[in-house]
Amino acid sequence: MADALQRTPLHDRHVAAGARLVPFAGWEMPVQYEGIRAEHEAVRGRAGVFDVSHMGEIETSGPDAEAFLQRVLSNDVTKLKDGGAQYSVLCQDDGGVLDDLFSYRLGDRFLTVTNASNHESDLAWFRKQAEGFDVELADRLHDLAMLAVQGPEARGIVAGLADGELPGRFKTATLTVAGQDGVLVCGTGYTGEDGVELIVPAAGAPAVWDAVTQAGAQPAGLGARDTLRLEVCFHLYGNDLMTTRGPIEAGLGWCCKEDTGFVGADAVRAARESGPAEKLAPFAVTGQGIARQGNPVLGGGEVTSGTMSPSLGYAIGMAYLPAEKAEPGTEIEIDVRGKVRTAEVRSKPLYSKET
Amino acid sequence: MAAASYPDDLKYHAEHDWARIDGDSATLGITWFAQDQLGEVVYFDPPAVGSALTKDQPYAEIESVKAVSDVVAPLSGEVTEVNEGLSDSPENVNEDPYGDGWLVKIKLSDVSEVEDLMDASSYEGSLS
Repeated sequence: MADALQRTPLHDRHVAAGARLVPFAGWEMPVQYEGIRAEHEAVRGRAGVFDVSHMGEIETSGPDAEAFLQRVLSNDVTKLKDGGAQYSVLCQDDGGVLDDLFSYRLGDRFLTVTNASNHESDLAWFRKQAEGFDVELADRLHDLAMLAVQGPEARGIVAGLADGELPGRFKTATLTVAGQDGVLVCGTGYTGEDGVELIVPAAGAPAVWDAVTQAGAQPAGLGARDTLRLEVCFHLYGNDLMTTRGPIEAGLGWCCKEDTGFVGADAVRAARESGPAEKLAPFAVTGQGIARQGNPVLGGGEVTSGTMSPSLGYAIGMAYLPAEKAEPGTEIEIDVRGKVRTAEVRSKPLYSKET
Repeated sequence: MAAASYPDDLKYHAEHDWARIDGDSATLGITWFAQDQLGEVVYFDPPAVGSALTKDQPYAEIESVKAVSDVVAPLSGEVTEVNEGLSDSPENVNEDPYGDGWLVKIKLSDVSEVEDLMDASSYEGSLS
């Protein structure tokens, strides 16, 4: 028998807003309210708010907290300043990617945000790797809700509800928002738009949601979150990242600092030096059809994400391609359920404000 | 998006298709329920004119932003026309599922199959 789906503290808000709720990584989550396209356009043009409370948080504290995270995370954690945010991957010994995560340094502790589908396994991995380090690891998943307010008007909306100045990009500030104390405001996001993510004590989440939506942010679901992130080529774990692929082939070498000696560093260094056989590359479908996750690329490679782009008006995606085919401008052919569809490799991001 | 409706002059298949019967021909499409479940339709991949449809078998694919779904034939027959307008305006399937959102027209190969289809009230009852 399947386990019951978990619900976020905002579940009744989603029901009231007419959301279509679907199972996602063990959670009952809103995939859309009014419609994916309308929500996508609200984020690109004005502001949207996403409930991403299914994402987990691991708190690391204790004398060896920094040394421990330096060991498990691919980036150089010593470069992460107090109040700052840093992206990294979590690798296994062979360099395969276990998760991609943001970590925040908050005084003498760290908060690391996990993907919902990986939270339990990340926590187990952290605990296993923590042997010999003087650290405390706390699972904060159920203590904390997370709201992403994104779009050109997002900062203005949140600023009007906060008791202090919002943090800049990749920085954080602990503020009172909509009367709720202890909200960690992060200058991060997953849409390619300006905006903030709010990590909120769970009990305060409905008040923050109500205030943000009343101030003009449109509720947006996981459907729009996926089209928005794919247009700007942000990775989705389980689609574009997996344990059978390393960060170099995924194009995430920039957040790997092998000299720190993180778990998997030797494998990542070897991949960087030899060059990967395949690389993740964005593409645009140039003819008919929409390529989807799992579609094979003729001559080798596989689509890992694909959708119709609401902002661009044509089908886009990302695929692992043989390295020699991963250059922008290369024509590729994709087997879409038995039909050959043509596409062209593009450079990142597929969508930007200037185009 | 249009409000839920199931016109009385149509016949319905359990896989959420409708058929408008005209002698030995039929116009086919998907129901309001089907388009609502799919979400915004962004692509319809029609069968070739002249190809054969077999009742209860998939004959085309329809794609929303998120997913691909098979369209199942409510009746058997030969495709005589496909809705070319959907290549530019696939959203017609959402906005007018029984009108501009029709998918294909077929010449029936076995008119008696129509008797297997549901009327509007039976179909609507099957949804609850």
